[in-house]
Amino acid sequence: MRSLRFLLQKEFRQIFRNPAILRMMFIMPVIQLIILPQVADYEIRNVNITVIDQDHSTYSREMIRKITSSGSFLLSGYHDNYKAALEDVEHDRSDIILEIPAGFERTLVRENEAKLFVAVNAINGMRANLGAAYLNTILRDYNQEVRTQWIRFPKFDEIPRVEVMPRNWYNLHMNYKLFMVPGILVVLLTMIGAFLTALNIVKEKEVGTIEQINVTPIRKHHFILGKLIPFWVMGMIVLTLGLIISRIFYGIIPVGNIGLIYLFASVFLLAVLGLGLLISTIAQTQQQAMLIAFFLMMIFILMGGLYTSIDSMPKWAQVVTWFNPVTYFIEVMRMVVLKGSGLNDIARHLGIIGIFAVVLNGWAVMSYRKRT
Amino acid sequence: MKEQFLAFVKKEWFHIWRDKKTLFILFGLPIVQIFIFGFALTNEIKNSRIAIVDLSRDASSQSLIQRIEASRYFDIEEQLSGADQADAAFKRGLIKLVVVIPENFGENIKHQNKVQVQIIADASDPNTGTTLTNYIQAITGDFQNDINEGKKLPYTIIPEIRMLYNPQLKGAYNFVPGVMAMVLMLVCTLMTSIAIVREKETGTMEVLLVSPLQPVLVILAKSTPYLLLSAINIASILLLSVFVLGLPITGSIVLLVLLSLLFTVTSLSLGMLISSITASQQTAMLISLMGLFLPTLMLSGFMFPIENMPPPLQFMSNLVPAKWYYYIVKAVMIKGVGISIIWKEVVVLLVMTIAYLTLSIKKYNIRLATT
Repeated sequence: MRSLRFLLQKEFRQIFRNPAILRMMFIMPVIQLIILPQVADYEIRNVNITVIDQDHSTYSREMIRKITSSGSFLLSGYHDNYKAALEDVEHDRSDIILEIPAGFERTLVRENEAKLFVAVNAINGMRANLGAAYLNTILRDYNQEVRTQWIRFPKFDEIPRVEVMPRNWYNLHMNYKLFMVPGILVVLLTMIGAFLTALNIVKEKEVGTIEQINVTPIRKHHFILGKLIPFWVMGMIVLTLGLIISRIFYGIIPVGNIGLIYLFASVFLLAVLGLGLLISTIAQTQQQAMLIAFFLMMIFILMGGLYTSIDSMPKWAQVVTWFNPVTYFIEVMRMVVLKGSGLNDIARHLGIIGIFAVVLNGWAVMSYRKRT
Repeated sequence: MKEQFLAFVKKEWFHIWRDKKTLFILFGLPIVQIFIFGFALTNEIKNSRIAIVDLSRDASSQSLIQRIEASRYFDIEEQLSGADQADAAFKRGLIKLVVVIPENFGENIKHQNKVQVQIIADASDPNTGTTLTNYIQAITGDFQNDINEGKKLPYTIIPEIRMLYNPQLKGAYNFVPGVMAMVLMLVCTLMTSIAIVREKETGTMEVLLVSPLQPVLVILAKSTPYLLLSAINIASILLLSVFVLGLPITGSIVLLVLLSLLFTVTSLSLGMLISSITASQQTAMLISLMGLFLPTLMLSGFMFPIENMPPPLQFMSNLVPAKWYYYIVKAVMIKGVGISIIWKEVVVLLVMTIAYLTLSIKKYNIRLATT
């Protein structure tokens, strides 16, 4: 036990002696947590539209007015041929082209049916879908107006209507930040934990000090604990800082019990530190450790359910996310912070992350032994 | 001078080439990432698990539920007996939405001409919440049209919609250029970020400083082998995108490759800059990962639309090299446009590269002056 205490003293001293690492641990996450959630807004508004009006009729003008005054569209160009309009799209100035063919009004009135041509930049499928849907709604409303204008009697109320009454729970004002801040905090915590432990131990390997430790009578598990505990403490401090920032900058006060977040985080950090440990036993140089950590971190973050929906992924990718500790923590954060879920609700997550912690640390200790 | 330079490049090359494990990771990493993300990431929201409260249990409500179930957007996870159970279900975190069909649903459609369906969305994720609500609205709209079938409407405007560049609306068209920008940038920056600082740490920096090679050449010589490695990475990423993920290369492939090389040079120079201003490998790598990862991901425009960002952050996004490259890849690879449309982006990358290189040479020189 005494040797563990000395080891801890050494580790803490080493951490505090290096201002660069301290900055990286505390200031960088704080800055990122303050700045980055501002960016997270998927909402698609102000779709840029280019109009080609070859009809120049009352109807076409009225329709364009409806579109531009709807609030969803910005008129980014007004041309008389498709080629010029397409150039707008190529320059990324426009998302949608609406072409009103010559004789549109006449055809509509005489033949009861007239066509419009819409071309959508579909590189971002979601934006394309939504833009087209907005446009469709406006056109349908406009169509309705034209009809009531021509058919004087309002017979339309007699058609049975199914009304939808939407309600939004847990985030009444649809504030994206409530959703992103807890998630980003998890990501930052994961990065600090995994990167720092991975680098710390592999560095001892690279500079040779690990040999010295190996020849001293220090027990293996003391050595490992000596490495884990300081970073675990640092992680908990970063979590606390993060929660304070969420409160001050974003007014986020967990609906659920904050103790649950700490409970989960304490196990989660063990799992992540175990991962860092494992990486450092596999890697020979700091560069290798960093590349492996980067590789895993990118998968963890992009497939953690923070940016894209996990349900929408193909089955095999969903299976990959089962092995992603970040997924569980992000879910738990959102459950506790926004919905007020209790211990029963997160018990499964907690169990799984506990298994991660045991397996990763066990694996790391075993492969560490083999080496020496 | 030229011979010395080549000898130096050769030395660096052997240095890298000897370490097979690192090489293996360097080549394997981008391939696996493009593969996974190309298939897995999509902005679309589908197969969302929802719960149904059917208080009516008649033919009409059943037919509406079937419609919801049949769409690819929803999987019905459970049936609840009342709306009061919604909260508990949301807290377990298994479902995203509850559809409540009121009593006498079918009856009211026939006789009162108006019925209401209640939707409770878990808006803790606002994006999913809104999108799913929209989907349900569209489905009930279709359902309503079916009831009114046979009533042909006069004066109908028919919009014909064409999806340009990506007719099947595949997620990969958006995400592959984004992931390419991220992976290339981070891998390249990581590689060179330790190039100089490692010499400082191992003490060989002194040897470098007294060598007759000019600082600019030292820095170039250190980057050149990595440029060759990056070329292999670019080739493998492009091959994978085309042959495995089914993305087209609509524009000039030569232009695409050249600009990808330019972007790697930008990233390698950024790595060099980091390397010359830091004192330890650890700091260098933490800056290039902790410092660059999330900002690159979030500010390059492929995850979140830049026009939604607050103005100061829109400005910041201009400092992220990946933003410009993402735009270039989309334009050249998918839209098939030429240099006349993207020259501005190219100029920005060139300026960034020159700035990074100049700064790192300056820093290097300062060391030289003080020692």
